[in-house]
Amino acid sequence: MELTCLSKGDGFHYPPCHMLNLCGFRILIDCPLDLSAIKIFSPVPSGVGSEASEYLSDESLDAQNPIQKKQKLERQLTCADLVCEEPWYKTVKALHLWEASFIDIVLISNPMGLLGLPFLTQNPGFFAKIYMTEVTAKIGQLMMEDIVSMHKEFRCFHGPDNSSFPGWIKNLDSEQVPALLKKVVFGESGDDLGSWMRLYSLDDIESCMKKVQGVKFAEEVCYNGTLIIKALSSGLDIGACNWLINGPNGSLSYVSDSIFVSHHARSFDFHGLKETDVLIYSDFSSLQSAEVTEDGCISPDSDNNYISTISDNKDSLLNTEDSLEEMEKLAFVCSCAAESADAGGSTLITITRIGIVLQLLELLSNSLESSSLKVPIFVISSVAEELLAYTNTIPEWLCEQRQEKLISGEPSFGHLKFIKNKKIHLFPAIHSPNLITSWQEPCIVFASHWSLRLGPSVQLLQRWRGDPKSLLVLEDGISSGLGLLPFRPIAMKILQCSFLSGIRLQKLPTLVSVLQPKIFLVPDAVNQRISLAAIKTISILNYFENKTLHVPRIVDNPSVEITTDLASKLSWRKLRQRESFGIARLKGGLLMEDGKHRLVSGLEQEESSGKARPLRHWGSVAPELLLDALLKMGIKGSIEQSTGDNGSEDKSIIHIENPNSGLIEFSEMGTAIITGDENVVSQVFQAIDGVLDGI
Amino acid sequence: MDHVGALPYFTEVCGYNGPIYMSYPTKALSPLMLEDYRRVMVDRRGEEELFTTTHIANCMKKVIAIDLKQTIQVDEDLQIRAYYAGHVLGAVMVYAKMGDAAIVYTGDYNMTTDRHLGAAKIDRLQLDLLISESTYATTIRGSKYPREREFLQAVHKCVAGGGKALIPSFALGRAQELCMLLDDYWERMNIKVPIYFSSGLTIQANMYYKMLISWTSQNVKEKHNTHNPFDFKNVKDFDRSLIHAPGPCVLFATPGMLCAGFSLEVFKHWAPSPLNLVALPGYSVAGTVGHKLMAGKPTTVDLYNGTKVDVRCKVHQVAFSPHTDAKGIMDLTKFLSPKNVVLVHGEKPSMMILKEKITSELDIPCFVPANGETVSFASTTYIKANASDMFLKSCSNPNFKFSNSTQLRVTDHRTADGVLVIEKSKKAKIVHQDEISEVLHEKNHVVSLAHCCPVKVKGESEDDDVDLIKQLSAKILKTVSGAQIHESENCLQVASFKGSLCLKDKCMHRSSSSSSEAVFLCCNWSIADLELGWEIINAIKLNH
Repeated sequence: MELTCLSKGDGFHYPPCHMLNLCGFRILIDCPLDLSAIKIFSPVPSGVGSEASEYLSDESLDAQNPIQKKQKLERQLTCADLVCEEPWYKTVKALHLWEASFIDIVLISNPMGLLGLPFLTQNPGFFAKIYMTEVTAKIGQLMMEDIVSMHKEFRCFHGPDNSSFPGWIKNLDSEQVPALLKKVVFGESGDDLGSWMRLYSLDDIESCMKKVQGVKFAEEVCYNGTLIIKALSSGLDIGACNWLINGPNGSLSYVSDSIFVSHHARSFDFHGLKETDVLIYSDFSSLQSAEVTEDGCISPDSDNNYISTISDNKDSLLNTEDSLEEMEKLAFVCSCAAESADAGGSTLITITRIGIVLQLLELLSNSLESSSLKVPIFVISSVAEELLAYTNTIPEWLCEQRQEKLISGEPSFGHLKFIKNKKIHLFPAIHSPNLITSWQEPCIVFASHWSLRLGPSVQLLQRWRGDPKSLLVLEDGISSGLGLLPFRPIAMKILQCSFLSGIRLQKLPTLVSVLQPKIFLVPDAVNQRISLAAIKTISILNYFENKTLHVPRIVDNPSVEITTDLASKLSWRKLRQRESFGIARLKGGLLMEDGKHRLVSGLEQEESSGKARPLRHWGSVAPELLLDALLKMGIKGSIEQSTGDNGSEDKSIIHIENPNSGLIEFSEMGTAIITGDENVVSQVFQAIDGVLDGI
Repeated sequence: MDHVGALPYFTEVCGYNGPIYMSYPTKALSPLMLEDYRRVMVDRRGEEELFTTTHIANCMKKVIAIDLKQTIQVDEDLQIRAYYAGHVLGAVMVYAKMGDAAIVYTGDYNMTTDRHLGAAKIDRLQLDLLISESTYATTIRGSKYPREREFLQAVHKCVAGGGKALIPSFALGRAQELCMLLDDYWERMNIKVPIYFSSGLTIQANMYYKMLISWTSQNVKEKHNTHNPFDFKNVKDFDRSLIHAPGPCVLFATPGMLCAGFSLEVFKHWAPSPLNLVALPGYSVAGTVGHKLMAGKPTTVDLYNGTKVDVRCKVHQVAFSPHTDAKGIMDLTKFLSPKNVVLVHGEKPSMMILKEKITSELDIPCFVPANGETVSFASTTYIKANASDMFLKSCSNPNFKFSNSTQLRVTDHRTADGVLVIEKSKKAKIVHQDEISEVLHEKNHVVSLAHCCPVKVKGESEDDDVDLIKQLSAKILKTVSGAQIHESENCLQVASFKGSLCLKDKCMHRSSSSSSEAVFLCCNWSIADLELGWEIINAIKLNH
């Protein structure tokens, strides 16, 4: 087995990507898109917004102190630095180094891992089988369609451009360009250029999704009779999964970002991943959270609320502390939104994680209903209506509490009734005809995209940024760097939320000792952060980004299953020297079926009688014994002892005289029958068979 | 209902405490049906209750819900998996695997897509046994559409004439299917006559249908983004006072078969009027009012408490049913090709006819055991052996043999190089034949053949050795088909057969009788090519 980590990803929206070589099949795990990279593009300006940002850039240039002026490279980023072109999208760089036609299987763990797949399936040589859960396929498709529809706005603004080379890159390759921007465009090592792609179309998405085979949780699918692939829930989001692959050379489990106790999706099903030969641990979330532990949920502009994310190292993996903490975060977001609504300000929520959005919608509408506030909630997205309807028809994929709701006949998520009684309004776009009639401020708006470059969030942010009463709720990591640059100065309150998106590092040793894999593959960066020495019995291998790791085979000999009817047809031989052994020559055909070698009856049985003669012999023949045996068959002969040329080697020869002549020559190596008579040969042969073991 | 009815009794009264698995819809809907059943049993029929509401609740807590195709490891040996069965919402066929033996058990299933549910869907599995229902073992049903039209027309005619139509049905399945049909028809024909559901039960069941849309047919699934087809537009709740209200209406009332409860009560009031209609969907158990109505055209019917009712209303039998027909059973059996079939549920004579058909047409042994009877089968078991890499490697390369007796035959002997070795109290091993002596800790002993055979009289012609070898190989080619001959100077080789011109005056391998005046080819070959060797020698000797 071979593992190559193509990208370690970057948080929830950019999951890791791996290439696996298993039993001679090449398996790609996830095909994500680095959507945070589109921060380098400037959003479609609205009339007022662009003026303000120009003004801002002038001001910030003036504000530069003399030291900064000297260091031109280090100068403050301004809005003008952003690329004002139709955006391109950044894919996994290392994936382009692999020939698409050599990929046999693609496994997609969650909707985020699907976003880059149309780029791969566009390739005419791509013929791989694609597996993902049915829900990942549905939600992922909606997300891609949403991106395409939001991207259309850029096309309208910048006009059509069909060049196959990103012209804007040329302008960025100068010394004047800030390092931060260059790092995003060209990457750490400066060779990311080839990973930029023009966005796919709706047709590309459709043809990509046609190639997908949707699976259920714990459904076994068999690839090529050899690999049995199973998706098990990871708890990260609805439909997200880990993978278990069983093959003739052992079992392999792949654990990506997982959440033990979830309040929306089915929780992490780690029982199914126990005791595999190889465990690939691909949860890089701990690396992220460790950096932001100190400000898990902060609102830098106004109230400095601090929620600790450091949890005690408890033995139980299923303690509800994490999930309670998540609920607290959600409740905090709700209370902040209610506060600003109370003060007459609107709230813009740009979070697009489905599970979080659904929970927030439910919490917000419930808390608004119980309070006296009459604030409408708007959800603006081209796919909102379909997505929200869909999430109420998939109870099988949700956490236990929500499955209980099915039993009692309630909808899985509480948004349905609020949509019906007009507390929640769904609109496909900000320019939807009915939006203006029902629009009312203050309000609470859910609008994509989290990158603040695409979709209705841009216009709304431009509208409210000057209002100190309004609140902006962001995904983690957006506020720093380029994210808010085009919208500065911002008077709005900002709440940046980091939600749990993986296994806490402290839980890793416990998890590994529960799962008991024989070989544990862990990212080097993760291994450096936590001591896994306590787990002694397991061999631990570190892997690095863009380095291929060879993993030795564990199972010494693959198993072959023989059908009983074939086994009963085998002709067994007892060995003279060894009583306890039984041997038989095989028949039939060897197949690969359900990941197992199987020997089944073939077609060639009819000539088996003629083939019964042994072809391999072992041991030694005593000439006297053979002579006796020949005599019994009516063949007479005599033994002649001769010495070899160098005098050390003994050679015996049997002369056969009656009824036909011939010689039998014995040596260390074997026996030679020397005669021109076929009958003699077959008789002698029979006699040898009587004194020598063979098969 | 007929599959889950005794479950609370089994778990709470009899004390079964093993695991219980159900599909999600079944788990969601069974408590409702059980409660409904319990109420009918106790409140209306006055029987002693077998289980209480608490029993139902406790029982349902023990149920583990499963999704389609989800593979569940019940314990170390037993594995189960559910497949879509159609029939009613949540109906599944169950695949169970124990060791190497595998069976499929199907309760009721439906091989054709109906208005709201899909057709049964199952993988091609290797099965030792298929247990199938056979309710309609001899019926073969044609297209549903004419029957659906008949039903719609009957109902339409009744309400157009100002009559009331009663459709007694169970809460699940038929009610939704017929209601979809009617709702759709009402829309198309712009009929304003109200359609009622008798108890909250069926309306509530609609709620479940809406949530469990992924368990319905493809057609319904595709439509649900725009309009959920279980959001019936013309359906209203029924109130007891409406029984005697004037004007036409359609009423779905539980239970089916008119065996008790509300549907029977309504029947009592509506049956005497010739304007009214009773449409009976599906099967009615003997002894019920439903059965009596279907059996003939009675003018009066005895209700259970001794009162008689005059029947002057029209009776329509809905002739489409979500049970599979004989063709469906045959199709499923043929598709799965199990080693054995057992038929359960149905009437004995028609089951025997179907059994005969399965045995003769599909050549699969079929059994129709009576209640309490035990049937035994041989099940699949595999003998497991560890295979050596050398064997598997040699098996990955084709090893074709051509034989040309009457017609050209190509056989592949790659597995014949393998040897199965069993040692007492150890796991069986498969090794390549070249590895066998190593496994047995023995030395190889090669048995070979040798013969020095005359090919030409000395001095006959002055050809040199190379020409002679060429002539010989030409001879060999003529008689031994497909032989690959390698020639070099004074040697030739075919497989393990090696022949070289013998320069010795007196060769050990030469038979003493042959004259010394000839040129000899000294040959040796291994026993694997025994026949080949003789063929070659005979070819060489030819024309000599």
